[in-house]
Amino acid sequence: MSDTTETTELGEGYDQRNQAVEHGAHQGEHWSDLKFVYLALALAVITAIEVALSYMVDDLGPVFLPALLILMFIKFFSVVSYFMHLKFDHRLFSLMFYMGLILAVVVYSIALFTFKFFDA
Amino acid sequence: MADVAIHETSHDDPGHDDHGHDDHATSTGLSNNKLGMWIFLGSECLLFGGLIATYMLYRGRHSENLGPDQVWDIPFTSASSFVLLMSSLTMVLAVTAAQRKDDRNTNLWLTITALLGSLFVAGQVYEFTTFYREGLGFTTSLFASSFYTLTGFHGVHVTVGVIMLLATVGMIMKRRIPGDKAEVVELVGLYWHFVDIVWILIFTLVYLIPA
Repeated sequence: MSDTTETTELGEGYDQRNQAVEHGAHQGEHWSDLKFVYLALALAVITAIEVALSYMVDDLGPVFLPALLILMFIKFFSVVSYFMHLKFDHRLFSLMFYMGLILAVVVYSIALFTFKFFDA
Repeated sequence: MADVAIHETSHDDPGHDDHGHDDHATSTGLSNNKLGMWIFLGSECLLFGGLIATYMLYRGRHSENLGPDQVWDIPFTSASSFVLLMSSLTMVLAVTAAQRKDDRNTNLWLTITALLGSLFVAGQVYEFTTFYREGLGFTTSLFASSFYTLTGFHGVHVTVGVIMLLATVGMIMKRRIPGDKAEVVELVGLYWHFVDIVWILIFTLVYLIPA
């Protein structure tokens, strides 16, 4: 009998903690469908700008590569943050994903440095 | 003992099944399925990072006539990129519909996403066929091998995503998804968006930056 009481108390406490974590995991506003449409249109425009830039390599000179990379990162993190909802989700999810991403960037950057890719 | 008690408590609560929040009764308070998916996607970064780095390293290793600048069809690939980008929009609309418990629109958007994904794969098959006819085989050069491996792996991921989408539609129609339906759609959505962000990197690094 006492076991049952303990279980119930523990269960309630546990549920409350879960609800709190869940609330934290879903904190921030939920976007409306229209906002997602606007974001997709913005990403399409950025893609069009990227394609346009690729035809102006000679005109842009040293600005070309950084401009293209910045646009790529904007698209990448927009999809991750908003479409994948990572910006509003629990930090543990962000940690798991960005740990893999950062590890990949560091490891393969070192590999490319080793093969003198950036010297060319 | 405490763990068992917690487990039993959450399952004895009839309200849990209705709202499909069984998965939240975990030690972290988060869905293990969702956490597992994010860990999987983090590990996928390492796979595609390796393939992209290999391509970057070998993109200059080709014959004079069959290099990136000779074979790329940027307008066509741009159209493919647009299709995949729009599929991310339809996927997110499917997720919001699932969160509203609107099965009809969930299935509609999932089906449209699958169609857009299939269109992208068809475009990739057409592109590969064109390159092959121009003389760029898998073993023609290191550039060709690394390019086909990278984009081929991505294409396989898109194909798997299409299968997952269609399977989800089928399971929703037959009411075979136990627990939280919205979470299942969200997990498929996470995988699909990941495929999209990988293409965002490939499109810029492989196609738009001259070798």
